[in-house]
Amino acid sequence: MNSSDLTAKRRSAERRFKYYGLAAIAVTVIFLAILILDIVVKALPAFTVNQLVLPVTIDATKVDASNPAAGDFPALLKETLAKEFPDVQSRGDKKKLNALLSARAADGLQEQVASDPSLIGKTIAVPISLSSGADLHLKGFTDAQLDEKQAAWLAALKDKGFIQHGFAWSFFTQGDSREPESAGIKGALIGSILVICVTLMFALPLGVAAALYLEEFAPKNRMTDLIEVNINNLAAVPSIIFGLLGLAVFLNGFGLPRSTALVGGLVLALLVLPTIIIASRAAIRSVPPSIKEAALGVGASHMQAVFHHVLPLAVPGILTGTILGVARALGETAPLLMIGMIAFIVDVPHGFTDAATVLPVQVFLWSDLPEAAFKSRTAAAILVLLVLLFCINAVAIYLRNKFERRW
Amino acid sequence: MSATLTLSRPNRKLRRQIEAVVLVLLACASGVAVLTTIGIVLSVVYESLRFFSEVPVWKFLFGTEWAPTAEPGAFGIIPLLGGTLLITLIAILVAGPLGLLSAVYLAEYANLKARRIIKPVLELLAGIPTVVLGFFAALTVAPFIRRAGEAFGLSVASESALAAGLVMGMMIVPLISSLSDDIINAVPQSLRDGSYALGATQSETIKKVVLPAALPGIVSAFILATSRAIGETMIVVMAAGLAANLTFNPLAAVTTVTVQIAALLVGDQEFDSAKTLSAFALGLILFIITLALNVVALRVVRKYREAYE
Repeated sequence: MNSSDLTAKRRSAERRFKYYGLAAIAVTVIFLAILILDIVVKALPAFTVNQLVLPVTIDATKVDASNPAAGDFPALLKETLAKEFPDVQSRGDKKKLNALLSARAADGLQEQVASDPSLIGKTIAVPISLSSGADLHLKGFTDAQLDEKQAAWLAALKDKGFIQHGFAWSFFTQGDSREPESAGIKGALIGSILVICVTLMFALPLGVAAALYLEEFAPKNRMTDLIEVNINNLAAVPSIIFGLLGLAVFLNGFGLPRSTALVGGLVLALLVLPTIIIASRAAIRSVPPSIKEAALGVGASHMQAVFHHVLPLAVPGILTGTILGVARALGETAPLLMIGMIAFIVDVPHGFTDAATVLPVQVFLWSDLPEAAFKSRTAAAILVLLVLLFCINAVAIYLRNKFERRW
Repeated sequence: MSATLTLSRPNRKLRRQIEAVVLVLLACASGVAVLTTIGIVLSVVYESLRFFSEVPVWKFLFGTEWAPTAEPGAFGIIPLLGGTLLITLIAILVAGPLGLLSAVYLAEYANLKARRIIKPVLELLAGIPTVVLGFFAALTVAPFIRRAGEAFGLSVASESALAAGLVMGMMIVPLISSLSDDIINAVPQSLRDGSYALGATQSETIKKVVLPAALPGIVSAFILATSRAIGETMIVVMAAGLAANLTFNPLAAVTTVTVQIAALLVGDQEFDSAKTLSAFALGLILFIITLALNVVALRVVRKYREAYE
């Protein structure tokens, strides 16, 4: 082999090696792109909804004016729908026709009439939720589990202009439900916010205080070393172990109420504490000692120098670290499963001691359900979670760029 | 002026007292982290001891059958460790080459502009909640692998270890690449210059000089990644199975330690059955394994640092 051959070989090896690196990055980026695309495509159907808008006559014989809320609204809807299809006579067919409506289709009508009893006897056009199968069929899904007759009826309703297509606000304004068409993420969103509030309330002051102590006041001895090693190791403990801790200590030890935002927030606070301490220490360390020394030079005590001068300058760094910690807590699922935040909860939580669930747990719960409509709802909840995380990270990056100072 | 001076003496005393109290509070705050560790160890060990009073330790550690809901229950951890090992191995086989090659490209080839784009993208992947990755693994990757396997005439379980392992591997890529990136950047430039001066190309320098110099750090990055994979819960809960099979076939369904902890403790529990308590024994094993891996990784890094400073 002559030397030019060898050079060519080495050159091509050089090129190949560089392409391996590029390929590795490309695989990762493509994976991320497919992941996000897959979720967006799956989620889109959940953001729109088809509703039936029929003129319903509020029959005074069905709805008692003195107690309108107790009226038989489902029967009213069924009759109205039956009038549209006079040729549907057999019991089986009628059942199939009614199956096009959601099991909770009459809820909206009931609410409207209960709040305004003067509607009784009048004919009003109200939006009525369809069953998730009918909704999916109208969105063009072939596996929507409707038979030919039902599909024909739906098509007839659509031709008559009774079907209204719009944005699914109910996805954001309703709590969880067994019926996919009326399941929303409001409960989980509020739950997430409550949990994060508790987490911040505990983790931020504790984390900053611990960082200040370790960075500024702690004597250099074995005890301090032990605390440092301990914090580093704690940061790498699997999150599910924190769930076991919460279960054994907070629930069985202290007897705090299960499934609540309080316990969830406490567990997540312990989980993100090491992250916040490590980030805060880095922020405090990056403040140049000359500033502290100047304060000490004009007669401030060590404590004054730290609290009046070092800490304010470290705040942007501490905030960035805290926000990243919050983002982690917001996406955490496993420890919350351990402390019972996995219960089926319809009501939106109002306080820290109400039973609550959070967005990632809601995703987990829905992903287990067999209905096709829940699949798109799961993806939609994921999308909301990802957008939320993205915004939080964007705030952190903005803060870092705006306030970062090079000394 | 004179008034403040006369006031300053008691004020200074008060200040000293307040500062002493604040100092104690700060010290207590840093103690919370230690308390957390103690809390973890105590709670897990206490419940484990209760479990071991019902099921002998040796049966737990060396038993090859896991059936906690059966009557009488079988609590052998071997199939769970086998499943955990299989999925972790797949994850590292995926994440190792991808993460390391990405890190080499980022540290040695990419210019500043490319770094500024690629690093946030990797961080984006690292920031995706694992429940989302679990959903993707269970509903997209697993059916895909199943169909692909059937096209080749292989029988693939619908909850194959391969699907969970692949997605877990992708989750770990950012961890390995960012740690390795830092370590490769820490290799002194003089070593590269020396290699170039001897006529080596850039890739030869990387393979023969930079990577060997960075090896301890890379090893510790891999150890940390392994620990992360072993402790990961949501991906395996959603994409791996519940049945404890002792197999090394990546197309079969296996279960892991974390899946079983979650399965045993979700829902209603009585705290006196061996079934519930066994979750804490699994937690203890998980804690010991991940802690040991972390300690080893930190020790390797510390040794490596001494070599260049």
